[in-house]
Amino acid sequence: MSVSAWEVVIGLEIHTQLATKSKIFSGASTAYGAEANTQACLVDLGYPGVLPVLNVEVIRMATLFGLAVNATIAPRSVFARKNYFYPDLPKGYQISQYELPIVEHGELFITDAEGKEKRIRITRAHLEEDAGKSIHEGLDGSSGIDLNRAGTPLLEIVSEPDLSSAKEAIAFMKKIHTIVRYLGISDGNMQEGSFRCDANVSVRPPGQEELGTRAELKNLNSFRFIEKAINFEVERQIELIEDGGKVAQETRLYDSDKNETRAMRSKEEANDYRYFPDPDLLPIEISAEFIAATRATLPELPDAKQQRFETDYELKSADAGILTASRATADYFEAVVAASDAKTQLAANWVIGELSAALNRDGLEIDNSKVAADALAGLLNRIHDNTISGKIAKQVFEAMWAGEGSADEIIAAQGLRQITDSAAIEAVVDKVIDANPGQAAEYRAGKDKLIGFFVGQVMKETQGQANPGQVNQILKDKLSK
Amino acid sequence: MSLDKDQVQHIATLARLKLSAEECAESVEKLSRIVEFVAQLSQVDTRGVLPMAHPLETAQRLRADAVIEVNERDRYQENAAEVSDGLYLVPKVLD
Repeated sequence: MSVSAWEVVIGLEIHTQLATKSKIFSGASTAYGAEANTQACLVDLGYPGVLPVLNVEVIRMATLFGLAVNATIAPRSVFARKNYFYPDLPKGYQISQYELPIVEHGELFITDAEGKEKRIRITRAHLEEDAGKSIHEGLDGSSGIDLNRAGTPLLEIVSEPDLSSAKEAIAFMKKIHTIVRYLGISDGNMQEGSFRCDANVSVRPPGQEELGTRAELKNLNSFRFIEKAINFEVERQIELIEDGGKVAQETRLYDSDKNETRAMRSKEEANDYRYFPDPDLLPIEISAEFIAATRATLPELPDAKQQRFETDYELKSADAGILTASRATADYFEAVVAASDAKTQLAANWVIGELSAALNRDGLEIDNSKVAADALAGLLNRIHDNTISGKIAKQVFEAMWAGEGSADEIIAAQGLRQITDSAAIEAVVDKVIDANPGQAAEYRAGKDKLIGFFVGQVMKETQGQANPGQVNQILKDKLSK
Repeated sequence: MSLDKDQVQHIATLARLKLSAEECAESVEKLSRIVEFVAQLSQVDTRGVLPMAHPLETAQRLRADAVIEVNERDRYQENAAEVSDGLYLVPKVLD
């Protein structure tokens, strides 16, 4: 089997939970984690006689997303009923959009394997309600239904089959993930299911116009699983075809424990949703004024921000990418830069390095960092004016993280001020050379690498407080005599 | 007949209905008559006519994004056949 003899074609359907306070068609709360069925009202439960009333906020959020991906916002769109039976869908249909979705014809740019920019078309994004949750474990022959999630607003974002590898699919999904969080329309929490994805995967011989038969992979709720599931499915299809078989158009579920996909039989027969316009809901009309007003609230988007970081702060592209991956990180970085005299690349290194490591270690988001942006700026200022070395700064940072005070307070309290007095450094250097006559002789005989050993010894003697540049210079002078 | 037996069985399956052979034959006839009646519409020239999503010529009213519902679980669950720990219980469903 050779993967290169086949072209991979992937389209994604991304379900993003919109971060509204109440549900799309009812006034019940959407807060995550409540006790079962305490946030399911009569509308969510599908009681007879109730009517859905549309939440204005979902219209604003969908419009904002459409504008962010350069899409058309439909002046008139329609809700439709998608009919199927499942216990977590009490009405027997899901209110969705079919023929006339709110957002159409968008685009997004990703970086492909050769580092080139690639345009991915966004077919549409439509509004719909989420279903409830079924619990199958520990209920002894029954399934339990929790309808708290029923009626939570979703924006389903559908791409054209423009993606040609699992890596591109991940890049696209990550970009959407970043954008929805930048826009503040979704928390993007994958563990809580706020951001999940189905992938339509097929293969075809290179150059063939017609698409191969696709399989739809369901239930992909982490970036890692999506990549594994797609790669597994691509290999499965290629093997199948090369062995003379045919790919069936079917829905397949990814099993992360076994790292395989398998057909979902129950979905096959039911895959006939008999959509029709929902008579309970009138068409949605969106005025040009509303679109203009929404456009005025668009924040700077990730690509533009990354570009600006590269230009204005003279950062490496990769670093600018990391810093703009979330709006909170970008804001933090800019606050550090604003409050510090240090070079912007130094600020970038610290946010990406020490700060991120500490946040990861404690499982914190940057909004809850134990070292605030202005406090980090204070530390960088002391590196910048040579009060402390970068190495000592790490020690100071740990103390700041532990709540021992500001950089200046810690430097004063622990006596960490860098030794820049040449006479003092010379005295230590003399002492170290005298104590290691063998190494000194070897160095003078041409073993240059030993300079590192001497620097290390001097630093040890001064508890790391000697200015490294001066130490180097004085050592070289003295050893060459 | 505009519908055949297999199509009617398929519709019945989607609707979770079990039809006997007689019921199915009867449904084929009745449903076909409905479909044929409605099919007359396809003879109308609809060029230039916008599809109608709703007979009311007005747009959807919107509500503010506010939580106005309170927890009434106990009252609602009085109507349920079976509940446990706040969950509605149904016969086991598995894919």
